[in-house]
Amino acid sequence: MKEYLYYPGCSLKGVGSPYEQSLLSTFGKLGIKLTEIADWNCCGATAYLSVDANMAIVLAARNLAIAERSDGHDIVAPCSGCFLSLTKAKEMLEKYPELRAKVTEALGRANLKYLGHSKVRHPLEVLMTDIGTKELKKLITRPLKNLRVVPYYGCAILRPYQAVGDPHAPKVLEEMIGLAGATPVDYPYKGRCCGGMLTSGVQTVGLRLAEILLEAAKSAQADVIVTTCPLCNYNLECYQEKLRKSTGKDLGVPVIYFTQMLGLAMGLSREEVGLDRMLRTPAVAEVTA
Amino acid sequence: MDLARTIKYEEELDQQFAERIASEPGGEGIWNCIQCGTCSAICPVSIYMDKTPRRIIGLIRAGFKEEVLASISPWICTSCYSCTVECPAKIKITDIMFVVKRMAMQQKSHRRFIIADIEEEFVKMVRKNGRLTESKMGIKVARKAGIGNLLSMVPLAWNLMRHDRLKLFHTERMTNVDELRTILRAMEAGPRVTLPAKPPVIPTGHHQEVTA
Repeated sequence: MKEYLYYPGCSLKGVGSPYEQSLLSTFGKLGIKLTEIADWNCCGATAYLSVDANMAIVLAARNLAIAERSDGHDIVAPCSGCFLSLTKAKEMLEKYPELRAKVTEALGRANLKYLGHSKVRHPLEVLMTDIGTKELKKLITRPLKNLRVVPYYGCAILRPYQAVGDPHAPKVLEEMIGLAGATPVDYPYKGRCCGGMLTSGVQTVGLRLAEILLEAAKSAQADVIVTTCPLCNYNLECYQEKLRKSTGKDLGVPVIYFTQMLGLAMGLSREEVGLDRMLRTPAVAEVTA
Repeated sequence: MDLARTIKYEEELDQQFAERIASEPGGEGIWNCIQCGTCSAICPVSIYMDKTPRRIIGLIRAGFKEEVLASISPWICTSCYSCTVECPAKIKITDIMFVVKRMAMQQKSHRRFIIADIEEEFVKMVRKNGRLTESKMGIKVARKAGIGNLLSMVPLAWNLMRHDRLKLFHTERMTNVDELRTILRAMEAGPRVTLPAKPPVIPTGHHQEVTA
């Protein structure tokens, strides 16, 4: 039985909780064990890095050090932002011995030690690499036929650490959509910024970025957008009504997590993947009937 | 009509500014910039910036410290890392934006731009609970963005609550926040980690020949 450590991050316990629900049920169906990292803390996100870099790194390092206490399992970080923060901390600690010395000392106060042997991975890559298309294909019992799906990767798993291959032309999400029996839509903005934090603070800019992505999905006649990150999902899913009011355009399109799509295709129920907790849902039942 | 000088004299520039940026992890590459503008072209938000990323790098190298630290550009940056991946000189432009933000924060010279306030609130909340509570953060952000913004977010908040994705009175918190605080305090003590200063490297053109 495959086993991983699970770093949920704050969002998967909040607005992104359907992502957690579908990740756990899908991994459960595949017989993969996920153990949540004990008493994890915030990864630091981009906010901490804007205020104090040393603190941002030690925050991430505490999680890595706790993970390393258990015997060598990889860490699965489903939030792309957390994936990036944890990976970035690892890179910095590897590259800058002065920083590592200071982090080692600080963690030592809590009897923690950062060793650097843990691997941080995104579940999309874990599924496609460790389980593989052949195994996944066997479990598809409800192919999502005729469903036109936008593969939206967002930024943080493509850049700068390239978790799922070529950042200019990634393919794994399209492969997964195909496996699920659906049709991947040709989508030029699959790695373009969703608006990030700006959708909350500077909506003139943030919502415009989300609008560009939604409009392209609409004109591609997509039935649904699948995402790999709770912030991308929030930005694309939750401002559709606001954008309709401000732009007069109908930008309504369901936005769900890739784990929800895969879970459904593997025969899990709408409840099991938390589908009805999304603000709009694709017509899965009709499509597969 | 008041006339003002539109250029700076050399002695008004901060000649050490670029070196200080280069001494922060991620800032080392600043001397390699060839001012090609690839970063500004690929940036999804450069059209909203007061100074494009290429210009920020150029101004840093020329010593325009006040202008760079007062710019809203780093605060508009969503850290999508497109520039970092595309830069032909392999400069970590996103990291340099973070360095500029930190310097502006430390010197209190940044405009009270909303993103700076949000990030300070985020840090406070993590220090207090070890984690972020999205609903509480959302309310803080919306209030800072103005009463109109706060009200406009009410239908969405209600919708998310109906879908069991937002709880108003829930706080996301670690069990052992004290342990985290001990680590953070230890990290704060003593000097900040910077890199040994390196002399500026004058960028070489693609066609330059190496001669003895």
